[in-house]
Amino acid sequence: VSAPDRYPLELRVNGRPVRRAVPGSRTLLELLREDLRLTGTNLACDTGDCGACTVLVDGRPVTACLVLALDADGAEVTTVEGLAARWQAQSGAPPPTLHPVQQGFLDEGGAQCGFCTAGMVVAAAALLEANPAPSDAEIRAGLEGNLCRCTGYVKIVGAVQAAASRMRQARGPGR
Amino acid sequence: VSAGRAARAFRVIGTRVPKLDAVEKVTGAVQYLPDLEVPGMAWGKILRTPVPHARIRRIDTRRAEALPGVLAVVTGRTVEQRPFGYARDHLALKPDVVRCIRDEVAAVAAETEAVAAEACRLIEVDYEELPAVFDPVAALRPGAPRIHAEFPGNLVNFSYRFSAGDVDGAFREADVVAEGTYTLNYVTTACLGTMAAIAAWDPRGNLTMWSTTQIPFLYQRDLAEALGISGDRVRVLQPPVGGNFGRGLDLYPIDIIAALLSRHAARPVKIVFDREEEFLASPTREPCVFTLRTAARADGTLLARDARVVIDNGAYVSWGSTTPYVMMTTLAGFYRCPNVRFDSAIVYTNNVYSGSMRGYGNLESTFAVEAQMDELAGRLGLDRLEIRRRNANRPGDVTPQGLRITTCALAECFDAVARDVARPLDRPARPGWRRGVGYAGMFHVGGGARVYRSDGCGAIVKLDDFGKVTLITGASEIGQGSETVLAMIVAEELGIPFGRVDVVNSDTAVKPWDVGVHASRTTFIAGNAALLAARDVRRQLLELAARELEEPPEALDVEDGHVFVGAAPARRVAYEKVVRAGHFREGGRILIGQAFYDPPTQMLDKDFRGNVSVTYGFAAQAALVEVEEATGKVEVLRVASAHDVGRALNPIGCEGQIEGGIHMGLGYCLSEELRLQDGRVLNPGFLDYKLLTAPDMPEILITLIETVDEAGPFGAKGLGEAGTIPISAAVANAVADATGVRVTELPMTPERVYRAIAAARSAGGGSTTRAVPPARATDPPTSEANPCD
Repeated sequence: VSAPDRYPLELRVNGRPVRRAVPGSRTLLELLREDLRLTGTNLACDTGDCGACTVLVDGRPVTACLVLALDADGAEVTTVEGLAARWQAQSGAPPPTLHPVQQGFLDEGGAQCGFCTAGMVVAAAALLEANPAPSDAEIRAGLEGNLCRCTGYVKIVGAVQAAASRMRQARGPGR
Repeated sequence: VSAGRAARAFRVIGTRVPKLDAVEKVTGAVQYLPDLEVPGMAWGKILRTPVPHARIRRIDTRRAEALPGVLAVVTGRTVEQRPFGYARDHLALKPDVVRCIRDEVAAVAAETEAVAAEACRLIEVDYEELPAVFDPVAALRPGAPRIHAEFPGNLVNFSYRFSAGDVDGAFREADVVAEGTYTLNYVTTACLGTMAAIAAWDPRGNLTMWSTTQIPFLYQRDLAEALGISGDRVRVLQPPVGGNFGRGLDLYPIDIIAALLSRHAARPVKIVFDREEEFLASPTREPCVFTLRTAARADGTLLARDARVVIDNGAYVSWGSTTPYVMMTTLAGFYRCPNVRFDSAIVYTNNVYSGSMRGYGNLESTFAVEAQMDELAGRLGLDRLEIRRRNANRPGDVTPQGLRITTCALAECFDAVARDVARPLDRPARPGWRRGVGYAGMFHVGGGARVYRSDGCGAIVKLDDFGKVTLITGASEIGQGSETVLAMIVAEELGIPFGRVDVVNSDTAVKPWDVGVHASRTTFIAGNAALLAARDVRRQLLELAARELEEPPEALDVEDGHVFVGAAPARRVAYEKVVRAGHFREGGRILIGQAFYDPPTQMLDKDFRGNVSVTYGFAAQAALVEVEEATGKVEVLRVASAHDVGRALNPIGCEGQIEGGIHMGLGYCLSEELRLQDGRVLNPGFLDYKLLTAPDMPEILITLIETVDEAGPFGAKGLGEAGTIPISAAVANAVADATGVRVTELPMTPERVYRAIAAARSAGGGSTTRAVPPARATDPPTSEANPCD
């Protein structure tokens, strides 16, 4: 008895339903980049060492190169392309408002070559959802799994701090 | 190129402008080369040798060719190709002999990447292993294995030999001589985006390449030559690239092989390196052994330097072999030093080969020079900053090679970092850790670098009938922010809001010629070209507006997208109206300005003399470190970095270059090492090749010093490499300050530092690791304001 070539998979990606039949070996990153053509998430190491492919699975950051697509069955996946809409849903901000982390990276110079940026902003968004008022050291620790070759992380930390204060403002006092 | 606008305050220059491409990057809309799909595209994979030196007896590709989905299999025996690379000393696909572990033996094009990889596994190659040599010193010994038949002694036939003054006499007269040998490591650019290429031929024999190159026009010529076609057949497109840092400064086999596969498969072919391949087969910084002696008088005045460097070139010649060109410039020019001798040996080995990497040559020589500045200070009982100030370059100096120093704020840079590194630190001292501070400076080309016969760049500025400005520049964007700063220059000169300037810079069929991204040249050279082109179109705009406003052009000025009458600013007309008048009137005209800027500099002559750059950039850095005595672990707590930038056109970009440069330089110093054993790379992944992470990075305090260089665009000088250059020397000096031990080999891993401390201790503070007396014992404490105390 041979195993089937493909298995059924249902999940939501950036708020939209996806139904596919995929090989068991297909990674979530391959599903996103190749099947769904969501190329904002980058492949940089394929071994989970660099964080460039970080996406949210049910709100938790994962390196998509190490997750099998089938393991995301039934999950809600958010990629960099869906980050602004995620914030709009959370905050009531109108489109095309960027996620404050994206706006922070833009304003503060957090992206140079930009290859780590997609994973970096997704990881930072998750960090701020868990900890709305992080110290610089907490931001650095939270982004430890995301490598950047261009910025020395300085502007990235600044971008996340700018985002944190913007998000606190948006949520109003008492939050 | 003079700014000519000193009277008026800048509106764009000097403001903090986010990168033009930032929105695409933060939203994921950016399309890097791996994201691109060309209709009909196939995938290519390269088969590399598993042994570092061998004769290829037989290549059997039949099983690969029979695999369903395979479109083409090529080997060095089945394709036509010509020698390529800096010295034209190799072929992209090796027909007979492999000389290092990255060597390309065959390649496959297939319908999918997986099929291409499977087909590579099905190719059978018989190798007859040859004796190999991996150590440059061993490679120079008589009887060493010969790597290229035409180079019997394994010496690359480049001679970089320079001498000035009476070196031996100066050493005889010296009051003190510092000596040392410094072993500098194999590192690699480790860009987050790997090397990639797409090649597509059209039926007329034209080749379009999507490439990660940073020298599109030289690449166009070199690739055509390697393929045996003429350069006009090659069009180069440069999608956004995930870092480069010098990696793309030469033509490499990936591009030739993509083109050969595409030709044989009659389909567009894409090759993207995986991470392991990137570590094996992208160019490295050259490892080298640097031997230096420095002579000084009792008051610290430098008298002479005598240096020799042995470079492990690897199996083929690329830019790594040319680093002595820069090394000697530092040796002969950084700090005033009248008598200089420099020699080099560049040695072929069976290791992977080196190319250019940010700050190339200068990190290496600065490390040696600055170690000895501290050693001289220690021996003479001088303050470490004082000896540097005493010997600092000054405006008007001419170095022994003939480099003409114009603007120079080196001494001010040292003042700034001495101040910043001494700021209070809100971190208590830890038991078992010793604190130390180290200083190092640098100078580097800041007004281009004439390493080719041209150092030029072209620019075109077009004004359209919506009042939008398009800058078409030869310069390439590789993530450093060049397009943003160039757009700022154009916006400033044309009196137009920054948001109305677009930049086109990624297609050789459209953009004017440029020699490439290197030597921190783009802001200066491409900036001057953009400024001149903007000035040209501004002149035309005023001529055209003169008719509309019924005033002579000299009476007109521009601001905020309008031409106005200087004496009556209310009388004004919008650009779009002027441009439309040009388009729709009889005898009409278009508004296009253009310029080619090639600076007034010289190539080094056969004696290595000449002024290669219009102006030079200077910087100083100070590092505050803690060293754990029990483990040898070095933690850098703070880096102060001060830079003579001429003018900070976009401070956010300046800081980004410096911060990123410090990250790269600290990695070189502390953690990064491409480890080779018998020619094999032992750590081809991010788990074992350690880039510094966010928590690893110190606090960074930056000072930008504006000397407003009259040759630069609005006074700017080059900066891109400066942050990388002195930092490893500053940290090594700080470790010596903390421990009394000088580590002369990079990276300064805990093991290496621990062993050096232990050896010094067992020798009773003695000399096996050439201990330097702790600087605090000798330096006047007031002038250094050491926060460790």
